[in-house]
Amino acid sequence: MMRRYSLSIVCGLAWLWSCHAVSAPNMGDVVSDAAFELATDCPPGFALNTGQCELRSLYQLYASLQDGGVGGLKTGLPTYRDGFTPQEIDLGRYLFFDPLLSADNTISCATCHQPDKGFADGLGRSVGMGGAELPRSAPSLWNVAFQDSFFWDARAKTLEEQMQGPLYDAHEMGGDPVSLLSKLNASEPYRQLFAQTWPQSYEAGEDIQLDHIYRALAAFQASLVSLNSRYDQYAHGFADALNEQEKEGMNIFRSFVARCAECHTPPLFTNRQLAVIGTPEPDGMPFDPGAGPVLGEDSLRGAFKIPSLRNIDQTAPYMHSGRFETLRDAAEFYNLGRGHAVPEGEELKIHWHVWEPNLTDYEIDRLVDFMKTLTDESFKPKTPQRLPSGLPLAHDKTLATARATTTGDN
Amino acid sequence: MNKLTVVLGAVVLLGAGFFVGKAGKDEPTVIKVGSAPAGEFKSEASGEVAAKSTLGERPLPANVVIVKDGESIQDAVRTAEPGTTIKVMPGTYKETIYIDKDDIALSGVIDKGAYPILEGEGLRNDAILYSGNNVTVENFWITHYKGNGIMGQAGNNFVIRNNVVVDTGIYGIFPQLGKNGLVSHNIISGIEDAAIYVGMSDNIDVVYNEVYGSVAGIEIENSRHALVEANYVYDNTGGILAFITPGLPIKTCSDVIFRNNFIVNNNHENFAIPGSLVSNIPQGVGMIIMACDDVVVEGNIISGNDTMGIAITDFSLASNAANDPDSEPNPNRPVILNNIMLNNGNNPVAEVRAILATMMETTGPDIIDTVGMDDGCILNPERFRTIGLGKYSDCDYATTSTVATYTMAEPVPPRSMEDLDQGELAYHGICAGCHAYNSRMIGPPTQILQALYMDNPEGIAEYIANPVKKRPDYPEMPPQNYLDEETRLAVAKYMLSVKK
Repeated sequence: MMRRYSLSIVCGLAWLWSCHAVSAPNMGDVVSDAAFELATDCPPGFALNTGQCELRSLYQLYASLQDGGVGGLKTGLPTYRDGFTPQEIDLGRYLFFDPLLSADNTISCATCHQPDKGFADGLGRSVGMGGAELPRSAPSLWNVAFQDSFFWDARAKTLEEQMQGPLYDAHEMGGDPVSLLSKLNASEPYRQLFAQTWPQSYEAGEDIQLDHIYRALAAFQASLVSLNSRYDQYAHGFADALNEQEKEGMNIFRSFVARCAECHTPPLFTNRQLAVIGTPEPDGMPFDPGAGPVLGEDSLRGAFKIPSLRNIDQTAPYMHSGRFETLRDAAEFYNLGRGHAVPEGEELKIHWHVWEPNLTDYEIDRLVDFMKTLTDESFKPKTPQRLPSGLPLAHDKTLATARATTTGDN
Repeated sequence: MNKLTVVLGAVVLLGAGFFVGKAGKDEPTVIKVGSAPAGEFKSEASGEVAAKSTLGERPLPANVVIVKDGESIQDAVRTAEPGTTIKVMPGTYKETIYIDKDDIALSGVIDKGAYPILEGEGLRNDAILYSGNNVTVENFWITHYKGNGIMGQAGNNFVIRNNVVVDTGIYGIFPQLGKNGLVSHNIISGIEDAAIYVGMSDNIDVVYNEVYGSVAGIEIENSRHALVEANYVYDNTGGILAFITPGLPIKTCSDVIFRNNFIVNNNHENFAIPGSLVSNIPQGVGMIIMACDDVVVEGNIISGNDTMGIAITDFSLASNAANDPDSEPNPNRPVILNNIMLNNGNNPVAEVRAILATMMETTGPDIIDTVGMDDGCILNPERFRTIGLGKYSDCDYATTSTVATYTMAEPVPPRSMEDLDQGELAYHGICAGCHAYNSRMIGPPTQILQALYMDNPEGIAEYIANPVKKRPDYPEMPPQNYLDEETRLAVAKYMLSVKK
């Protein structure tokens, strides 16, 4: 038993310990007034090659049909983003955690994408400016490098396009490009960090460029790779990585009765498509039409992006508006009948794989067992100890406040 | 009632209004002698496919293990090394078998007609799942499973042959996301979806199978380079299909040959699961080409299919599925060479009959193109009753006989590794989570380990398989024994070579 679980536990514990007790060189987050130094090494999961960080994974040993990145156990990855410099990634890390990026300096990207909550926020629907509850849940950022569309309704095609949604949405971070630039330009540490990252662009003390902000944030997000779960050990050929119940769960997962793997397809546990599955909204919330209106395609009414199941155990509650508290509830949804939760008057084109598999309670429990083997946070990045803006880290505190506010409202 | 049929009917009506006039029933039949087109069929895959199929001649692995009645087949798979043939004696085996390793043959022993029977008892999900490469499954009798009989997920170079699959769930044989495979000499019946379903795959031969009593006989979906030849396909709701299903991650279907099949009396009542795509198939259709490109139909006997012989159509057939803006819906460049078509459309389903009535017809067509493609071709069109083929031209070749197989000349190799070092992938992809070059992370810096092990990568390889606690100020290293020996040594060597 110890062997089976030790990797993630040891790394998890040791990480905390090393994070707080040891200051790593090159990472620039020693608590002091010293100038910030950006990393010159790539984060784990990447090799430095001619100045750029290139992804490295055992999955690169495998091919995939039509390079689609979907298949079975030994199947290659789909196309992905890499090739950022160590400095771009590390600068992105500071920006990601810095509440300076919101209008009132209270919300950072990490507020809704917390490293300790699977880069989601543990909420059914995220909380934005002034404690307001947003219509959808925050998706996990693990493995976004492999995604080719963003937001639950797939309306953005790149990370750079995606991030401008929350940054500038009045209900989320509430900013705008002009004030974002002026705040960053007013920060001497940030001016220095952008100059460290792109020396040629800033040699004469030029102002920070918007595209560089986006690129750094994209670089950091694309470094969040999780491909070393116990499932992956099994996939690479180590049969004992999973116990008997987990293997049973894996076989139910990929069986054509449960059909989970038809959409949550290895190796990423998503096939990156949209699907209409007809999950219910939380009580009192109106039906969310998802991708239909965004793409101007009526038949996609109620369609949402199929999320990856990697690190899914870390990101309860589940579905686009967090209706299901547990993985078991989420799995059971598919067992309760095709379209059973579709509101009256809605005519949805429910995906053909959503049917009535009549799984037993035992089988649903095994599916949950299997999904929990997809956890791997061994490359979780360090949270900075201090921020270039001088602001305190906001993500934990904001969450506490928001919770108090919403509870008060109820 | 059936949305598909209604939509199809409406489109037929449109098509008919548009094309029937041009079809020119009153033109005299043209007598042609010695005018067969001289062009040669050229497949886009011709460079890599075999001149003749050899996949079926692949010898079974030499290392043989025998499983007897009362024993577990999965136990044998569990302990089998790659390169093992598991011979299964006649008897009844109540289990789900999964093969997650390469080079395994699961081979039944048939003794005077007695098969090894895989019995699902209506309780188990799938009979056989495989994900490994170079897998063979042969000589089994599979029955009463809820899911699939034989299901492949991404295994390449597979052979599935000589199996009997009866009354087993959704798909009888379903290789998915694989390249280079052979499905031959199987007998399959009583399947709620497709008896043989090739999904999102490349370079597949489906030959010499008997499929009947199912909703769909043989379905080629979102696949390229598929040869469907010499199959006996009867008493299904629809006989042979080439589909693009919208919303799948592999979005194309092309280069499919339907050749020399018997597609006869496919008039079974549709008993598909509500909501499934095949629930849309009208009872009594010999062949459907939906959105799939470059399908060649040659030398088939298509007879006694009560609604119509061949339907060529777009996503209007899949009216219960969400559209996919990234899937191209048209059945581009259909090719209908010489086929024998007889007694089709004699008893069309009610919806089609109603529409035919408006055209003063009572009999369904041999061939209908509901889109009215202008890039299709047909040989001897005057022999058939057609709708919507007004823009088809003469084909410039008469046979696909230059293609003996779509399986490959050489098995799909593991990924080319010329610029990839397994050790480098494992070091950066795994070890780097705990070891940095010159700074302390969770484990000691690589630099320190280099000083310790110097010219001894074997020492590292051995240690990481079964680490013991050495340093009081570091957590104990978790074992890396999930990496095989070769990878462990490769990563050790790489670790000693890292300079930064």
